[in-house]
Amino acid sequence: MSRPDPMRQGGPPAQETTEGGPPPTHDWRREYWRRNLRLMAVLLVIWFAVSFGCGILFVEQLNEISFFDYPLGFWFAQQGSIYTFVLLILVYAVRMDRLDKEFGVDENGDDDEAETGRGGEQ
Amino acid sequence: MSNIQAWTTVFIVLSFGTYIFIAWRSRVKETEGFYVAGHGVPTVANGAAIAADWMSAASFISMAGLIAFLGSDGSIYLMGWTGGYVLLAVLLAPYLRKWGKYTVPEFVGDRYSELVRTIAAGAAIIISFTYVVGQMAGGGIVFSRFLDIDLNGGIMIAAAIIFLYAVLGGMKGITWTQVAQYTVLITAYLIPAVAVAQRMTGVPIPQVSFGEILAELNSLGTELGLNEYTQAFTERPQVDIFLVTMALMVGTAGLPHVIIRFYTTKTVRGSRYSAFWALLFIALLYTTAPAVGAFTKFNLLEGVQGTSVSELPAWVENWMGTGLVTIGEDVETIQSVGNNPASGADLIVNNDILVLASPEIAGLPAPIVGLVAAGGMAAAMSTAAGLLLVISSSVSHDFYFRRIRKEAPDRERLLVGRIAMAGAVVVAVIAGMNPPAFVAQVVAFAFGMAASSFFPALVLGIFWKRCNAAGAAAGMIAGLVFTISYMVYTLEVFGTSANDHILDISPEGIGTIGALVNFAVAIVVSKLTPPPSRELAEMVEGIRYPARRRTVPASAQTGPSSSGEPEAGPATGPTAGQS
Repeated sequence: MSRPDPMRQGGPPAQETTEGGPPPTHDWRREYWRRNLRLMAVLLVIWFAVSFGCGILFVEQLNEISFFDYPLGFWFAQQGSIYTFVLLILVYAVRMDRLDKEFGVDENGDDDEAETGRGGEQ
Repeated sequence: MSNIQAWTTVFIVLSFGTYIFIAWRSRVKETEGFYVAGHGVPTVANGAAIAADWMSAASFISMAGLIAFLGSDGSIYLMGWTGGYVLLAVLLAPYLRKWGKYTVPEFVGDRYSELVRTIAAGAAIIISFTYVVGQMAGGGIVFSRFLDIDLNGGIMIAAAIIFLYAVLGGMKGITWTQVAQYTVLITAYLIPAVAVAQRMTGVPIPQVSFGEILAELNSLGTELGLNEYTQAFTERPQVDIFLVTMALMVGTAGLPHVIIRFYTTKTVRGSRYSAFWALLFIALLYTTAPAVGAFTKFNLLEGVQGTSVSELPAWVENWMGTGLVTIGEDVETIQSVGNNPASGADLIVNNDILVLASPEIAGLPAPIVGLVAAGGMAAAMSTAAGLLLVISSSVSHDFYFRRIRKEAPDRERLLVGRIAMAGAVVVAVIAGMNPPAFVAQVVAFAFGMAASSFFPALVLGIFWKRCNAAGAAAGMIAGLVFTISYMVYTLEVFGTSANDHILDISPEGIGTIGALVNFAVAIVVSKLTPPPSRELAEMVEGIRYPARRRTVPASAQTGPSSSGEPEAGPATGPTAGQS
């Protein structure tokens, strides 16, 4: 996978103005983004290991092992990887909720009621 | 009219009545509602709508049949069509939602340039169109079997219904009808699967119980000249399995008709949970599919093996009318079963009928057979409607409005969109009658193209501020041209001759390489050309944070509309066509 370095390249760092707002702190933004990227990286590593690792690259070795009635590699390829994907997204959503709250960038209320800060679009 | 046909008619009429009723109740006049349902759909409903949109004729009708014949290698479709949601949820959905534009072409138009927008709109049309062809073919199979007409007639009927229905309501109608469609299709898929699992193993959970029959299936297959079911890499080489799976995953994350759904949530948080619900709903079908494949294969082989032609089960006769089941000439007893006419097996069964025929093959009662037919139609229609919407919005919005008549009023744009839909349907019918491959494979081509065009442009646009318009445009063109060229080179679709696969890479898997080409070209060209404006870099920075920061020292609650921090989206971006 050739994914470019996602850290802030090029483009001048976003400048914060101070008028009426918080003091110019870059730190929380960098910190928030770094933690977001770290969570992303962990989840994607698991994503790759379970699907491409267990389901394709090492499927033949794992098939030697029997898991209930399934050859293990076959089970990963046709069942286990899908369960893992669902869990990964749930973990992502829950962890990001927590991260957003911690940094105070969460949107008030949830999707089914709030109209937070998006009024201009309606 | 046979018992099965009567039940099929009942279920199809009932379910269609429901969809059309919902679409009619929520029909929309204004453009915004037509395209994105005015950002007001609860996440669970949105998840179900994404799932219905997503699970097409390929998932419902074709996939389990393909798995039945591919065995272990069928996992390319299982993993490929679910794993992409992880990429979508983590890399794209929340950021695109924060950006707050309507379609993928709109995002790239704002992020890069008008030229990139036009390229993206063109790619969206090609991809969605390829995908629609698969749906037409799938819907056609349903009507052909249950109305006892030939396949082409079935395709015409399916197309007419899909078109009517997509024109009736915009996204709003479609969101709620798609929730209904999801309900119909998942019920239709699970009931026979549970019934078969219960009958064959005594455990009514197909996901758990199909393990029991695998050993027997392996030996049964071997007797009939097939590969062992659980043996990996019998149908495709390992490298191709890897590439196809990746192409399907990456393509999923880049499909325009799925991405547009994430704009219908109100918040960034909502888009994350929508992705979760969507995949949960999808997983319900996708974990059942391999069980359906295994059970059906087992019943099929057991039912016909060593049977004389005159004593074959009734379903063989029933399905021969569609031309999708054939018995070899001069065959007296069935000694071998295949899915490919070229294999010369005694009994040829097309992959695409296995799910629809599975209740009949397992000897389940007629109402269940009818229900499955209604489910297959729901799957084909919901996806086709979502795709037609992308085609119409790309034509009317990104080409007509942006390029030809900037002062076109809403009415005129809607009309242009509908004409585009009609045109797409007509061409799709013609292509659906001569599909280059099985339904699921036609659909896989659409994914390859999405993988090689949109995904890199979107990911770079979000995560790499330095990426500029020239890079994105060059990358998309290079990726798409590369991918399509290889598909044309290896398939006989456009009257060209089919050439051998290079390095074992099949046309379904080439999208992965295409995506790499796209990334590489985009990065190199971006580096060689000037960086995007500072304003744009700030917009990209803004989409990283779901909302403005509230709990800060020195100032009380920063209201949503206060200034001070860069905010992406319509506030600072070039104006959207909508507001």
